[in-house]
Amino acid sequence: MDSVFIIEKSVIIFVVFALTMLMAMYSTWAERKVAAFLQDRVGPNRAGWGGLLQPLADGAKLFTKEEFFPNTPNRFLFILGPAIAMSTALITSAVIPWGDKIHVFGRDVLLQATDIDVSILYVFGVLSIGVYGIMIGAWASNNKYSLMSAVRASSQMISYEVAMGLAMISILMMSGSLSLKDITVMQANEGWNIFYQPLAFLIFLICSFAETNRTPFDLAECESELIGGYHTEYSSMKMGFYLFAEYANMFISSTILSVVFLGGYHFPGMAWVNENWGINIGALLGFLTLFAKICFFIFFYMWVRWTIPRFRYDQLMHLGWKILIPLAVINIIITGIVMVLFN
Amino acid sequence: MSVQQISLSGRKIEVSNKEMTFLERIYVWTILKGLWTTLKHLFRRKVTIKYPEEVREMSPVARLQHMLMRDEEGKERCTACGLCALSCPAEAITMKAAERNADEKHLYREEKYAEIYEINMLRCIFCGLCEEACPKEAIYLTKSKKIVNSGYEREDFIYGKDKLVMPLDMAIKNTQTNTVN
Repeated sequence: MDSVFIIEKSVIIFVVFALTMLMAMYSTWAERKVAAFLQDRVGPNRAGWGGLLQPLADGAKLFTKEEFFPNTPNRFLFILGPAIAMSTALITSAVIPWGDKIHVFGRDVLLQATDIDVSILYVFGVLSIGVYGIMIGAWASNNKYSLMSAVRASSQMISYEVAMGLAMISILMMSGSLSLKDITVMQANEGWNIFYQPLAFLIFLICSFAETNRTPFDLAECESELIGGYHTEYSSMKMGFYLFAEYANMFISSTILSVVFLGGYHFPGMAWVNENWGINIGALLGFLTLFAKICFFIFFYMWVRWTIPRFRYDQLMHLGWKILIPLAVINIIITGIVMVLFN
Repeated sequence: MSVQQISLSGRKIEVSNKEMTFLERIYVWTILKGLWTTLKHLFRRKVTIKYPEEVREMSPVARLQHMLMRDEEGKERCTACGLCALSCPAEAITMKAAERNADEKHLYREEKYAEIYEINMLRCIFCGLCEEACPKEAIYLTKSKKIVNSGYEREDFIYGKDKLVMPLDMAIKNTQTNTVN
């Protein structure tokens, strides 16, 4: 391992980190803007042009707010909660392929922090740790609403992770690899997965809503029932971390949806561009394509939020266990039969 | 047509507990329809009035701060008869009458005038009964077009003649437009 390699990876990690934070920041702005527009309002428009400085103002406000500690014996866990939520939201991005190779300074640089063989398992693992941030923080809050929120969040995550994993298995059967890079390359060669696996895509999409605690599955933080849910007792930047983690999670799950089902950085005519305009331009266009797909999914999250009302708890469990999991299993069986018959 | 089926507003919708069709039960199609509805709102004209830059227009009959009128020669119309104070349901108006001196003929229309005329804006309910009671067309709530400002002291809300009487320049302008016509 040479030092240039370390520098190269550090730069990529830094850029991805900055990008995730930036996207999380501007997701808060976009959320308010989209919400306003869908309700025929104009949304934040005072701070900067079109309210573009609003996230900075919000951040400054959160930083300067009073740090409040509830009367809890678990002060360490109280701090650990948002820390876990934030770090798990950030480390998922390590395995995302942001683009194909680029050729700079006489080297081939892969636009990916690390290409491990078990990328998807890693993502699922980190995602399931993410719920600990909510659980620990809520438990340490010493507040019954927080606790109820934690119970809901954890049971929801566990239920929907099963369906999510099963939906993913049909993709793995097609790609034969757990690496997100391989899955992207396969889609570039054979067509996007959404056309082969629409059912898996639908299941995965619904489960991502549940995993990121977004409406219609935002039972963990429903204001009308649980005050604010798990972050009821939090203030200042610890609260900010929870909110930030939610938006970072949204960004990451949009990325995974784009990579696994919409071909990642692949766009029609990529091979032609790589041949004629050089791989650097191709990689740049690929990155922009991926970014556009991610932005679409983030918009979709917000769009759905103002369309569908929240599920009741039993409806949530019914949908997860009795509909999505059987559908995912059926999808696996169909995929298997089709693969045996046509290959 | 029976009584149950009459819809006066024309928007009556019969609610039924019919079985959902398969398309409705799988829920995805109905969600797509809902998404289409919300998407249409994304491009709709926004109803927000951006307040400090845009001000919503007041109705021409909005009852705002009172104004004691002057006639076309700039004389105060009020004769301190006290009918407005009598009609006021909130007992917000108080006044003290005085006799006009010979050298004040250009100031007051009739021999009696209001030396002190005070309205307590905290008591006033802006019902407009004073306007209706006034026999001299001296008090109006629709002319000043001013909203009573907020303040910190109760005393600040007792408006005297200095705030209520029509400003002279406004009276001059009125007279000019009237003579031109």
